[in-house]
Amino acid sequence: MKKLLSALLFAPLLALASGPELHLDKAPVSTDPAALQNGAKIFVNYCLNCHGASYMRYNRLQEIGLSEQMIKDNLMFTADKIGEPMRIAMQRDEAKVFFGAAPPDLTVISRSRASEFGSGADWLYTYLRSFYRDESRPTGWNNKIFENVGMPHVLYELQGEQVAKVEQKDDGHGNKTKEITLEPGKPGKLSKEEYDKATADLVSYLVWMGEPMAEKRKSIGTGVIAFLSLLFVLSYLLKKNFWKDIH
Amino acid sequence: MTTKSQAVLDWIDARFPLTSTIKGHLTEYYAPKNFNFWYFFGSLALLVLVIQIVTGIFLVMHYKPDASLNASGVPVAFASVEYIMRDVPGGWIIRYMHSTGASAFFIVVYLHMFRGLLYGSYRKPRELIWIFGTLIFLALMAEAFMGYLLPWGQMSFWGAQVIVNLFSAIPVIGPDLSVVIRGDFVVSDATLNRFFSFHVIAVPLILIGLVAAHIVALHEVGSNNPDGVEIKKKKGADGHPLDGIPFHPYYTVKDIVGVVGFLIVFSFIVFFAPEGGGYFLEFNNFIPADPLKTPPHIAPVWYFTPFYSILRAVTYPLFGIDAKFWGVVAMGAAVVIIAFLPWLDRSPVKSIRYKGGLFKLILTVFIIAFFILGYLGVLPPTPGRTLVSQICSVIYFGFFLLMPWYSKIDKCKPEPDRVTG
Repeated sequence: MKKLLSALLFAPLLALASGPELHLDKAPVSTDPAALQNGAKIFVNYCLNCHGASYMRYNRLQEIGLSEQMIKDNLMFTADKIGEPMRIAMQRDEAKVFFGAAPPDLTVISRSRASEFGSGADWLYTYLRSFYRDESRPTGWNNKIFENVGMPHVLYELQGEQVAKVEQKDDGHGNKTKEITLEPGKPGKLSKEEYDKATADLVSYLVWMGEPMAEKRKSIGTGVIAFLSLLFVLSYLLKKNFWKDIH
Repeated sequence: MTTKSQAVLDWIDARFPLTSTIKGHLTEYYAPKNFNFWYFFGSLALLVLVIQIVTGIFLVMHYKPDASLNASGVPVAFASVEYIMRDVPGGWIIRYMHSTGASAFFIVVYLHMFRGLLYGSYRKPRELIWIFGTLIFLALMAEAFMGYLLPWGQMSFWGAQVIVNLFSAIPVIGPDLSVVIRGDFVVSDATLNRFFSFHVIAVPLILIGLVAAHIVALHEVGSNNPDGVEIKKKKGADGHPLDGIPFHPYYTVKDIVGVVGFLIVFSFIVFFAPEGGGYFLEFNNFIPADPLKTPPHIAPVWYFTPFYSILRAVTYPLFGIDAKFWGVVAMGAAVVIIAFLPWLDRSPVKSIRYKGGLFKLILTVFIIAFFILGYLGVLPPTPGRTLVSQICSVIYFGFFLLMPWYSKIDKCKPEPDRVTG
């Protein structure tokens, strides 16, 4: 019996020991309209050429404080009507030839990229800041957290180049691991802080687009729970009143 | 009551047993007065069933079971779920209620079953209630499994692929059987459509029928209680059990408290954590199903993981048949064995209150093993984890198969004559 209990006790420890670690930076996700608008601008200009957002309608951008006219004049490059979704012209089979895999739809990318290592936003924030020059790749780019990614560094003109310093590490048991450290190379239009802010805005936008009703959901939820709490007290008093003669 | 409404009631009663049904199941159904916290989960399971049916009706109005790709290259089924989430007014709340409801159903049902274990609710004369209950649990698993395919995400697709493939391990008929289940050689549009059909009509019909049988059987023999003594044995001068109170109004008002308490927790998940940390809505399921891209790790939803662990724990081929087949057998047996509890328990008392230390210890170990199995089921297997899940599987089956022995030698306390409150 003792053996059994100790086996049960250590089971969770045994279970946890394995699996590659993924270190992600915490994304400073914002719900501020200015940040979301800036994110939308970057998204439309840099992402929405290869990636679609086919469940996201342009007119929904009004929810982050843009007017219909502003959306039409500044952000609508791929559609004629404001009620249309953010589609792209590139065909999927062509895209597959260009990049090796068709670029995924980005509408709910922030939800699908979540894992035990961090939120989807954390992953995207780290990913967009982890591109480095790699001449062995067809695009000339590689990514620290997404090895041999098909996507080139589209924000290159903003961030500039990063160079990877690869270190072979030995853990003393003969297991070799590759450790990559990124160092700044040719500078881009933005400083490091400005680039981090720009990616944070873009990620905030992606998070918002993944679930545009998230804020509304929470505010309705607060009301619902307040109402139910009151109802709980009343129903408890009702029960107590009915049960006062039961012993 | 006014004479006019009495006349209407009389007219109905002459043609339909309205008054006698209300009396038999509510106002003159005598339930023990000492129900505790654990007795909320039966009525809550019924509530969740209603939530699932009502939200399901509205989802079916907008959902499209279609695996073909739309103009943007996304499967129509997947896109229709996002359409519900974004373009259907109030669609997101209906969908989150349904997806949270699936997990809530299992939480409530697992607690309801645990109550049965605690107080011996399966013992004579309630064997049939227990068997109906086990069948409800089985139907619920089928319902949840087929419903999970409908969003047509990566986990929907590959989870179904893994589970349906298990049937192909059955000797002789296996390969053909799995083709019949899928309607194709791989999980495809045909599978999606037949799972949709089963999920929205066939299994819910069975489920409702079984729930009705469960309740009718319960009201025939009367409810058990935390003391495990029969209240019908001690009746007052009026012929009603001394320790019984009419279900309505006493337990209807009490269950309202339980319902509101449950709705607070339920709403908290729906409005503030609808993904349930990736357990209620798996992150990978926000990626459309891709038959050419196997995810590195396929985990079933949390409520199946204890049984999935038992399946994976079987690693030895036997009688020249693949270990996978015996895994399926073990998984099936793990559910079916629950139905045999009424005949496995030989204890002189029903309730844990009067059972000895041995049963309490074994039940505790069983529950811990069940949690560990559930935890291991979401993780990819390693040799260490497989060993632990094998130990826990042995404990799981040991709890049932050794019960005739340990329930007999356990030192029980005498039962009281009446309920103790």
